[in-house]
Amino acid sequence: MTTKEISMRIAFGQALLEIADKFPKMVVLDADVSTSTQTLLFGKAHPERFFNVGVAEANMADIAGGMATCGLRPVVSTFATFVSLKCTDQIRNVVCYNNLPVVFVGGYAGLSDSFDGTSHQSVIDLAILRAMPNMTVIVPGDAIEMRQALESSLSYNGPTFIRICRNPTPVLFENHPPLQIGKIRKIRDGGDLTIGVCGVPTFMAVDAAEQLSQEDISVDLLEISTLKPIDTETLVASASKTGRMLTVEEHSIIGGLAGAVSEALGKHCPVRMDFVGLEDTFAESGPYIPLMAKYGISKQAIVQKAKALLKQ
Amino acid sequence: MERKASPLDIAKNKIGRLDPKKILAETNPKKKAAMMQYLAQQCRLDVFDVLHEKGTGHWGGATSAAELLTSLYFHIMNVRPEQTDWPDRDRLVVSKGHASSMLYAILANRGYFSIEELRTFRDLNSRLQGHPCMNKTPGVEMSTGVLGHGLSVALGMALAARAMKKNYWSFVLVGDGCLNEGQTWEGIMASAKFRPPHLVLLIDYNKVQLDGPSDVIMPMDPLPDKLRAFNWTIPPKVYDGHSVLEILDSWDWIRQQTTWPVAVIYKTHKGKGVSFMEDENKWHGAVIDDQSYTKGRPELVETLRKLEAQL
Repeated sequence: MTTKEISMRIAFGQALLEIADKFPKMVVLDADVSTSTQTLLFGKAHPERFFNVGVAEANMADIAGGMATCGLRPVVSTFATFVSLKCTDQIRNVVCYNNLPVVFVGGYAGLSDSFDGTSHQSVIDLAILRAMPNMTVIVPGDAIEMRQALESSLSYNGPTFIRICRNPTPVLFENHPPLQIGKIRKIRDGGDLTIGVCGVPTFMAVDAAEQLSQEDISVDLLEISTLKPIDTETLVASASKTGRMLTVEEHSIIGGLAGAVSEALGKHCPVRMDFVGLEDTFAESGPYIPLMAKYGISKQAIVQKAKALLKQ
Repeated sequence: MERKASPLDIAKNKIGRLDPKKILAETNPKKKAAMMQYLAQQCRLDVFDVLHEKGTGHWGGATSAAELLTSLYFHIMNVRPEQTDWPDRDRLVVSKGHASSMLYAILANRGYFSIEELRTFRDLNSRLQGHPCMNKTPGVEMSTGVLGHGLSVALGMALAARAMKKNYWSFVLVGDGCLNEGQTWEGIMASAKFRPPHLVLLIDYNKVQLDGPSDVIMPMDPLPDKLRAFNWTIPPKVYDGHSVLEILDSWDWIRQQTTWPVAVIYKTHKGKGVSFMEDENKWHGAVIDDQSYTKGRPELVETLRKLEAQL
């Protein structure tokens, strides 16, 4: 595995700059966190296409909705917790109900705003946004996928949520086939159990699968970057082969990847399952990777739960 | 379901339906205003009949906006009912979405769909949803119903016009309830920051909300001072929102403005047209029962006859 690390948010700020000409209808909105989310780079280069609305996320989401009805392609940027909670009504009633092509990029997601603590961490956003009819929900696994998700979303005719991380994380998918919305990426082929992962913990799952293989446990490793619409076909093919599914995410185990996979397999291919993620709890302040580990998201936790699942 | 009344039954009162095309073709401003005043009342009667027949819907806020919506669609706005996706059309966001029945009545008369379709209001499989839905109803520019969204959406439309170098107007119609919502004040701040041209906030100021008088539930006055303090351009007077002539005067004033955004306050009456329903919060959303219908309808017909005499 590569040791190169890039932050999704840095890649996001850079991507907006680089694709500005490719998507001339694209405009960017931010709610007074553009210095953090990196949209300020686009704002400086294209002031006529950048709208800083101040700390008013609800207003921002509806402005974007109004713009979208008139032919613009708005990218709405703020922290993921604010996307999912400060403008939930606007996402539901204006953007999703009307199926408007607005791209919401939720930064500082999961526990990645680790030192700021619970107020800024986002661990229920996927549960909320996945429940919105018409919404596409994408959780990129690295900076490369983040950019591919952004470009794909800008070409898609409906609302999209892209969940991104604040901190540098390993680059996994450079020189790989690009992320495809609605398609699972198979990282590793195996027959003993399936691990389905999304987002930053993907690198942990890769390492865990490698460790398990050294103990003669072969993992079918699926990176599920699109939580909605979920790639049921690939999920069922894998689960029916291995008979065991472990999901891994930087989110509550209620309503996120665990929920999405359970819904799909419960209907089409029920198998033994377990979940790595936050166990219906808030977290706390602290350094990012140790914080995730304390709340049950680590390579060790994946290995442990995978083995336990195989014993059932 | 048994038919109790229908918009088409207005003929029983021997009052002719006004051909909306004649309003659009009329060149004499005073005659046109009288015709619009008549049409607003005719729509009021249609809505009264439909809401009674359906046993559901919001009468108070719908009738409050009759003249404003008529003036917008028959005089102020540049729209093409035959081409609803015309990119240069003027936009109206009816932020007080509970006025849906009146919006539908005006849209039907303007030619977006048939007047008969009004009788499907709130039916299963109907295009005429309880609150406006832009993907179901031709002519509806934004789905509304949850209060407080409209100004932000219209601001987005106006910013899009500027970004795409278009000259269409973006209007938003709000009521007292919308003004209670914090989001509206976010929109008021942001509009005065970005100042896109041709953004107009129209306030249907009936001063009655669901639970009671606005002065009791959530006082908004001094509203003109508040808007001025937020750096909006507002006219020196509050217009009578039930007088088409006054609404047209306000439009003449709006068109002269060059400093955006612009807000205009129209004094209106919730439940307008039926004396015992006017300014009563009960009639925000109460079902028009048979007794109230029988008692109230003659008042609406009487006013319509008077307006007919002025045509």
